[in-house]
Amino acid sequence: MTYKLLIVDDSKLARMAVVKALNSCYPDWQRVEAGSAADALSAMERDAPDIALVDFNMPTRDGLHLAGDLRKHNPRMPIAIISANHQREVIDRAAALGATFLPKPLSDESLLGFLKAALRDLEGAVS
Amino acid sequence: MTEQPDVVLSDLELDAVTELVNLGVSRAATNLARMVQEEVILTVPKVALMSRHDAIRTLGERESQSLVAVHQVFEGEITGRALLIFPEERSLELVRAVVGSELSIEELIELEQEALAETGNIILNSCLATIANALESNLKISLPEVLRGESSRFFSLEPPPSAGTTVMFIYINFAMQRRDINGYLAMMMDMPSLAALQTLVRALIRRTGVASGS
Repeated sequence: MTYKLLIVDDSKLARMAVVKALNSCYPDWQRVEAGSAADALSAMERDAPDIALVDFNMPTRDGLHLAGDLRKHNPRMPIAIISANHQREVIDRAAALGATFLPKPLSDESLLGFLKAALRDLEGAVS
Repeated sequence: MTEQPDVVLSDLELDAVTELVNLGVSRAATNLARMVQEEVILTVPKVALMSRHDAIRTLGERESQSLVAVHQVFEGEITGRALLIFPEERSLELVRAVVGSELSIEELIELEQEALAETGNIILNSCLATIANALESNLKISLPEVLRGESSRFFSLEPPPSAGTTVMFIYINFAMQRRDINGYLAMMMDMPSLAALQTLVRALIRRTGVASGS
């Protein structure tokens, strides 16, 4: 079974890094890219992605606020907050939203670990 | 004229600040090394209290060439600015190191600005977050801004820090020898922040179990 992944980051480079890492583990998954929180919310309605990877430090609306918005659309969606800002408050706020914190630069291992856990959640919810 | 700082840190407090910066920069360097897949060599951080004027002059004397900097402001109990600075002529090489060699020169140039911003964002955030966590404090960190020009200009920007004439000036050299890229990371905090930093550092020293002033 393949899934649709929403990648939200205002940096094209950072989105490229996620796509590269994703290609190494789940190359057949669909990707939806968004460069802002507003684009992400449009993509959420239009494409109904299954999993979201969200940058924390973005202009206008940060990734934690966006994660809260995404939760309203899909309360069970696995969400990862990605950031080099590993302050405890950021990690705690991500956890409070039920999101996983992944440190930047994103490694293949940490992405794979998150996606495997996300798959367990999604497939557990279906069965 | 050299102005005297209004807040005086003890040797132990200065040592603690240097160690904090060392922790932060080491984490940042580890991340940079992962991004460029090459060892990043660091110098020991230099931490000094000096006037804003002297800090700007120090930077100006150190670098006369055109530079590029990624700039972020941090605000919280301590407020200041942090910069990742390197020669402008090597900026494309740094971008190439980060994005990989498979991109054409046209693609590299197109990506340069945001690749620099994202690289600086990762380096500066990881450094500042490490310091904030160690101090049990919380910092709001701005979005990265890419600046070009002479180093003296980078620390003259407003706003913050705008208050006070004395600053804590911190800088650390880094080098990626295989790619011949050298640069430095610099931070500047103003006077009210310095007093707050001293309070946080004293608390850190107490938590560490070392008698203050020993």
